[in-house]
This record gives sequence, C-alpha cells and structure tokens, in this order.
Amino acid sequence: MTTRRLFLKAGACGALALAAGGALYRGLQARSPERFNLDNAGRELLAALVPAIVGPALPAAAAPRRAAIDGTVERVRGAIAGLPLATQAELRDLFGLLGLAPSRRLLAGLPAWRDATPAQLQAFLQDWRLHRFAQLRAGYQALHDLVIGSWYADPSSWAAIGYPGPMKELA
Amino acid sequence: MSAVPDPIEAGLAAGWHVIDCATLLDDRTIEADVAIIGSGAGGGVTAEILTAAGLKVVIVEEGGLYSSRHFRMREAEAYPKLYQESAARKTRDKGINILQGRTVGGSTTVNWTSSFRTPAATLAHWQERYGLKDYNREALAPWFERMEARLHIADWPTPPNANNELLRQGAQRLGIHTAAIRRNVNGCWNLGYCGMGCPTNAKQSMLVTTIPAALTGGATLLTRARAERLVFKGDRAEHVLVAALDADGIAVTGRTVTLRARHVVVAGGAINSPGLLLRSGAPDPAKLLGKRTFLHPTLVSAGRFAHPVEGYAGAPQTIYSDHFLDTLPVGGPAGYKLEVPPLHPLLLSTTLAGFGAAHAEAMRHFANTQGMLALLRDGFHAGSQGGAVQLRPDGSAELDYAMTDYLWDGARRALLTMAEIQFAAGAQAVMPMHEMARHYGSWREAKEAIGALPMQPLLTRVASAHVMGGCTMAAASRDGVVAPDGRYRELANVSVHDGSLFPTSIGANPQLSIYAITARLADGLARQLTKDRTQAKAA
Repeated sequence: MTTRRLFLKAGACGALALAAGGALYRGLQARSPERFNLDNAGRELLAALVPAIVGPALPAAAAPRRAAIDGTVERVRGAIAGLPLATQAELRDLFGLLGLAPSRRLLAGLPAWRDATPAQLQAFLQDWRLHRFAQLRAGYQALHDLVIGSWYADPSSWAAIGYPGPMKELA
Repeated sequence: MSAVPDPIEAGLAAGWHVIDCATLLDDRTIEADVAIIGSGAGGGVTAEILTAAGLKVVIVEEGGLYSSRHFRMREAEAYPKLYQESAARKTRDKGINILQGRTVGGSTTVNWTSSFRTPAATLAHWQERYGLKDYNREALAPWFERMEARLHIADWPTPPNANNELLRQGAQRLGIHTAAIRRNVNGCWNLGYCGMGCPTNAKQSMLVTTIPAALTGGATLLTRARAERLVFKGDRAEHVLVAALDADGIAVTGRTVTLRARHVVVAGGAINSPGLLLRSGAPDPAKLLGKRTFLHPTLVSAGRFAHPVEGYAGAPQTIYSDHFLDTLPVGGPAGYKLEVPPLHPLLLSTTLAGFGAAHAEAMRHFANTQGMLALLRDGFHAGSQGGAVQLRPDGSAELDYAMTDYLWDGARRALLTMAEIQFAAGAQAVMPMHEMARHYGSWREAKEAIGALPMQPLLTRVASAHVMGGCTMAAASRDGVVAPDGRYRELANVSVHDGSLFPTSIGANPQLSIYAITARLADGLARQLTKDRTQAKAA
C-alpha cells in the first residue's frame, strides 16, 4: 500500500488537479458537449477495476473470467452512452485524468492500470471511497456504480445471488 | 411474445396523433389551444380534463413512448429507457441519487403504486404558512375521490410479501404502528416489477389511463421532444420552442417544433419545470423560482435474514409506518415515513456500499435480504429550506440540495430506527447504507456503530424518488411564483401543474397529491379557457 500520509498529501493537490483538469478538458471541448466514447485507455482502466470492484463474484477460471470482464466493460460503455451529455463530459474528465500517467499517480497513487496489483487497486478504491474531499468520493461512487451495476444487471450474475430473474412467460 | 393486450399499440393502430420527434426530417409548427409540457401525473391528468372540455391539446414528452410490450422486467433495459438520466440523476454534489421517470406517463409509469392522500398536517401547514386557504381536507376530498375512482386506488387485499411483512412484524414487536398502503392497480398480478414499467397494464399509471383518454379525444402527443424554452411576448408565452431528440433521447437532432398555443401548462416535474422556466427567463422578481425544492431524502437499511425474503417478488410497497411522523410535531425534529423498496440486483448492488469481497458476500445473501427505507419530511423547519434548481452550462437543469445538520440528525435517527426494527423482525445482521458501515450482528452493536458514523454527503447513502417544490404555490407573491389557482403570477397564459407547486414536501409518496390537486387546477383552467373562447366567439 502507498503510505497513507503521502497519499493524503497528494489527495489535497489531487482534488485541485481534478477540478483544474476538468476545466481544462471542458475548455478544449466544443461548445455543445459530445458523446464520451470509451477509448482504449478507458477500457484498460475498467479491465483493471472490474475485478477489484466485483471481487470474488467474478468466475475464477481464466477464460470465463476474461469473458466476464470484457462483457462488463462493454456494458459500462453502454451505460455511459445512456447518460446525459453533461454527465458524459464529467466522466470523460474522470477517465481522462485517471488515464494520464502524471495525474493518475498524483490522484490515485497507481502505476499503469495493467501493472497495478490487486492490493494497489484496493488501496486506491478505499482511499477515494472515504476521502476527505467529496469530489474524490463522488469519483469513487461513479466508478463503483457503473461497474457493479453493469455486473449485476447481467443475467449471468444472477444464479450466484439466488435471483431467479423475471417471470419467463412474460419476459 | 406476451399475450397481454397493449392499449398503446391498439391506440396507435386506431390513428392517435403521436409524433416521434426523433424521426422528424423538417422543422414543424403546430397550433393548439393548450400546450402541456410533460406527460406524468400532472400533465396526464391535465391533458385528459382539458381534452374532455373540448380544447385542442398538445402534450410534449421528453422520453419515448413505451408500453407493456416493451416492459420486459429487466433493469438494464428499463433504466435507460424509462428514467431521467438512466436512473442515475444526482444532486449537484452527487450526494443524492434521484429516481424520476422520463417516458410517456412520467414517473407514474415506473413508480411503486403507493397512494396516499396529502396528510392533514401538511395541508394545515400550507394554509397557515402559505395562505392556501382552499387547500383543506374538505375542499380537496371530492378531488381525491374523483382521482381514486379514476385510477382504481383502493386497498390491496393480497397479503404483503415478506419484505413488507418484516417491516410490519418488527415494528409491531416494538410497539410501532404500521398500516397498509393503497395502490393504483386494476387486476395486478403481484409480480413486483412496477419500477420497470408494468408488463400487464395493471398499474393505473398515466400511460394507460389519462394519456390514452386524451389521445382518443383528439390530443396530440410529441415524444422525444424537449421543451427548450417558452418564448415571451409581453406577459404572454407566444410559443414553445421544442427540440427534437435522437432515438435514445441523449442528443438533439437539430430539428425543432414551434408550438403555438393560447395557454401553456408546465408539468415537467420538480426539476425540469423550474429548469424550463429559468431557461426561458420567466420573470421572477422575488427570486423564488427553483428554490425550496424538496426530496424526502431517503435513508436505506439492509437486514439479512436466515430465511428467503425475495424482495424482488410481489407488490413492492404494501406496508408503511407514519409513527415517526405522527409522534413528532410538523415543525419539530425531522420526522420520517418508513416503507420498503423492491430489491432488484442492479438497484440493490449499486446502493450497497463497499466493493470486492465484502460486497460480493453481501450480494450472496441477496435473496435473504430485507430492505427498508426512511423518507425524511423536509421543508417544514428553518433547518430545511430545500434545494435550488439551477442550469448547467448546456442549459440542462440540476438540483443543488445540501443536507443540513437538521436533516442529518433525522438521518441518524432513521438509520437507528430501521436497524432496531430489522433486528426485532429477526434479522441476523443489519447494514445501514453508509460507506463506513458494515453488517452488525446485534441491535446493541448496530446502535453504537450508527451513533458514531459521520453523517456526510457521499458517505451516508441518500436517495430520493420524490422531487417536489421549486415553483411554489402561495397566496402572496413574496412566498411563491405560482398563485393558488396554478397560474404563474408574472405571466398571463402559463400555469404549473405538477409536484413543483408544493410549498413543502408532502410527507407521503406524492402521486395522489399531484393527481388530485392538478385535477382541480385543470378543471378550473378548462372552465376559464372555454369561457374565454365562448366570449371570443360572441365578440
């Protein structure tokens, strides 16, 4: 785990960077906001976060695990596409800042997403979850809700939680 | 395919005037007697009454036209199609998640059917503080009776599902009074999927009642149509500028509809109605527009039981308790109404705090989980003045709503009450929805932990399904932008007919309050507009 003290110090700058970075991103956008299409960097971020957030609910064997992660990332893409353009712009800021190495190190204390260890990812999520800056807590909840919602929205997750799904005759 | 008859499909086949604006290739101009912005509780009721009075009505709905054949009881489909912002609409600080409908029928298409008359204590406060003399029980009773008859609002004879029954049992063991919730259903199958659109058309939402009646009576419905602004000429709305949205309702297509009407009824719900009026630059000399917006901020508690609860099955809300409203004075510490939510995987998993192994373990007990809600009564105390609707840079509306110390005090008491009831009902463990909470194994442990949890936004999980206020109705102009007859004070031909009228929160699920109050307003408006027309003809 990164040292807590270092992270808190970075967190103070981090929240400012998030605000400033967001303004910069928005400044570069056209007047009418565009759709946020998940790019490769965004997919890499999600591919790292899905196992950290969904946890042992994911299949353990490599191939089904890979497929489950890919499916969840794809559903997150779909969920983002259904949000208002103003919210898509906020998510573009968040994903943009977590995708760039300097801001990711500052804000999340993480190396490249594909190199982050489970312990590092867990520490990042837990730090943002309880962070004293509400903006970072909001960032955590956005990632939490997108990922966990996209996992449990899918019928493949239902048997493990004892949810039979809707009445077959009507659905 | 479902064998359930679909009244919308039948109406379209019979030639209803419905224009899906996503398909428009050219700009249009449409003329009508009345333009109604929104097709939910207020817009639907108003459309039926005005059409029946012989007025030519055009209804503008931002969402799409979906009906039973589309309602497949899947969260992943229902939330993006039927809810504002895919059911993830949030307050400005992201601290409160807001469930509001965005489809034909508005929130009535996706609500959980709970039907309460406006509580007497709420009406008394409106009379005293806001001068709404005619808003008393006796004057409103015929309107409640009329809408209850129209929408089949009645006692629900089927036994409650286990999720509701555990609220009743736990409360009873603690001497807390509960009662049964009346529902607007006709031939309900007791499935439990009201929140995803009723697949059997049993729920008597606006989608299957007033809107079809208005369309059969000759009204026109525009879907995927966002009212951008009212364009004023002097003190009149000269026309409504409507932007066409694309098929998924996210971006504008560039096509517009110019809607010219003698009168405009704003009924877009308590975020979008003030938003539209703000965007239009509606005169607001006292700076009240959008202010005093209320949410019934809602706390959630999850209890884990040894036996299956199956909170996804059966009528979602059938038992409630007003104990903590009735035993606290209206102007005293924040009171709360207790109810239960239906539990479906997406909604529960996103509401459950935590991630990784702890979250997966909590979800493993999904079928044995009982959910409980406490809805805080906001707007009756100096410590609860509500939020303010504002415009984002792109012109869309958002609500800035801060939880105050007064409300957080209520939130903590509510979490304590729910945990105590869940343990009294036999829960093995209880988890309050808070980022720093976990499952507690006993009431004693939960009580101590909840007492110490910091009550802060984005730590305590807060939700809302009831947005009210923002276009306050009051006798005096210093208290509200709308007069007691529903007319926007500063404009000659604009009314507001939805939950944004309410000077405070209702203190109960608001649908029936909106139905009855807007029915009375629409009746008065119909008399006025038909009289104007007769006089114009005579002259």
